[in-house]
Amino acid sequence: MGIWTRASASPRADAALQGEAAVRQRGQWEMAFTRFMAHRLAVAGLITLIALALLSALAPAISPYDPEKTALHLIRESPSAAHPMGTDGIGRDLATRILYGGRVSLSVGIAAMAVAISLGTLVGGVAGFYGRWADGILMRVVDAMFSFPRLFVLIILGSLFRGMSPAAIVVALGVLSWMTTARLVRASFLSLKQREFVEAARCVGAGNWRIIFRHMLPNSLAPIIVAATLGVAGAIITESTLSFLGLGVQPPTPTWGNMLQDARDELDRAPWLGIFPGLVIFLAVVSINFIGDGLRDALDPRHVIGRR
Amino acid sequence: MGRYVLRRLIQAIPLLLLISVASFAILKAAPGGPLAAYEANPDVRAEDLERLRTAFGLDQPLPVQYLTWITKFAVGDWGHSYAYHQPVLDLILERLPNTLYLMGTVFLTVLVLAIPIGLLTALRQYSFFDHVVTGATFAFLSTPTFWLGLLLIIVFGLQLGWFPLGGMATPGAPFDLGDRLRHLVLPVATLSLVQVGSHVRYLRASMLETINQDYIRTARAKGMPERVVVLRHALKNAAIPLVTVVALDLPEIFVGALVTEQIFGWPGMGRLFWDAATRFDYPVLMGILAVSSTLIVFANLLADVTYGYLDPRIRFA
Repeated sequence: MGIWTRASASPRADAALQGEAAVRQRGQWEMAFTRFMAHRLAVAGLITLIALALLSALAPAISPYDPEKTALHLIRESPSAAHPMGTDGIGRDLATRILYGGRVSLSVGIAAMAVAISLGTLVGGVAGFYGRWADGILMRVVDAMFSFPRLFVLIILGSLFRGMSPAAIVVALGVLSWMTTARLVRASFLSLKQREFVEAARCVGAGNWRIIFRHMLPNSLAPIIVAATLGVAGAIITESTLSFLGLGVQPPTPTWGNMLQDARDELDRAPWLGIFPGLVIFLAVVSINFIGDGLRDALDPRHVIGRR
Repeated sequence: MGRYVLRRLIQAIPLLLLISVASFAILKAAPGGPLAAYEANPDVRAEDLERLRTAFGLDQPLPVQYLTWITKFAVGDWGHSYAYHQPVLDLILERLPNTLYLMGTVFLTVLVLAIPIGLLTALRQYSFFDHVVTGATFAFLSTPTFWLGLLLIIVFGLQLGWFPLGGMATPGAPFDLGDRLRHLVLPVATLSLVQVGSHVRYLRASMLETINQDYIRTARAKGMPERVVVLRHALKNAAIPLVTVVALDLPEIFVGALVTEQIFGWPGMGRLFWDAATRFDYPVLMGILAVSSTLIVFANLLADVTYGYLDPRIRFA
């Protein structure tokens, strides 16, 4: 039985426990949840992130403006009640564009990490479980991929295809970002393979698939979850950098990155254009980093001792 | 030790070859290709296109093209830039010093700031100063480099007018150290602030761990002055992990320089890479990819070797 699978004692043991003292049985996940909720900054991060996601998703209901329609009588209006973040060089409401941009920026970040985590878990799992030559080859591939500057490759792809669709960015970012997860899963599998409960599972006749999915993977989840969370922050920054360089999602579709690219030529006349989209990226990334921090403390109680 | 370094160097060769094959494959798999501009031009005749293709060796099978490239690369012939009509190696050597000048300044700035700040936050744990610094480092770690650059331009370049907006020096002006330094401030600040944040965090954590060790208590018990205990006994040991982080971050500064050079119009390798990518200048792209992945591989090796050298408890297996 893995430490992370919910401890399910027999009904009789439950009854005995209740008889002795009113101790409620709490699973590992529930305890982790309690620890996470005690991490105030992480909870604040989670609330901020959910708020950002909701605002983006409900953008058409919240904003009366069209994110792509130009309004030549409203060029570069500074922030006011009608336009809380001002308007841009062709009269579009900045706040509206930020809300719509959040749809692309947030979902690209999360989807890219989902791709990276799946790939990384697959590669790391195969390397760690089967070992030997599979491990040797796959880990050399990981080394080689780590030596590729991720942004360089994205810039090449972006300029060859003259910008990338959100889906293309998700795939490219995912394929370039799975290595950390692969190393984590491999390390975890290598050590779990030697543990008694895996040996016990094998003794009672569990097959490879059952051992991997029922015993080893659940026990490796904690570091994967933390890496995935922090990875989303990295993916959002990379996507916005790429779009800022003009090689990511192309205008008129707004993303936080390409809005900052538009702002570059107008920083002297309309500095708010260069401030607000970046502020939202920062807010999203800080929130995610706090969530990651909170998850690390919640999922790995040993970690807390040295900190805070 | 010597044998370990040698073995790592030999292991690096297949790794770098693998990277070069992959780079080559990515560039070649792309649509368009270096002749796309000519193909789109109706004035260019078909036989001229054919001639160019033969001249660039693009009519050869891909493995042959790769072998030709790598054998020439090994002897210092890195090909000819399509866009600049100059040998790639000359182009890179012309831009590399500018990038190293920027990176070097960033590197020094980061160390000069990060070590004392990290030390002080650890010694005054949970003080007001510690909380402010911890908050600030977390904020900088979450700030995209390019946005930090834009903010610095808005505030210190445009609003306050203290520093120039870009370039390495005022064009046309005679050499002036003050002018050079003023041009350096904003790009260096952009690149340094994020790095300082991560280094301070590492040093603080490592220092807190070290300060509770038995040998520190021993040093105090035998009456060492606090200054000696902190600087000679604690900092020296606490800085060991930092060395690894610093070495591993070198490539990061290099990649960060790409964006920073782009924002501040700094004529370095990053700008060159950017120009080459947007102009489909494959030989230049291959050259820069080779230089940067070599840098990463060697930074990794450097990190491992210095770590083992500084901490004799680490054995080279």
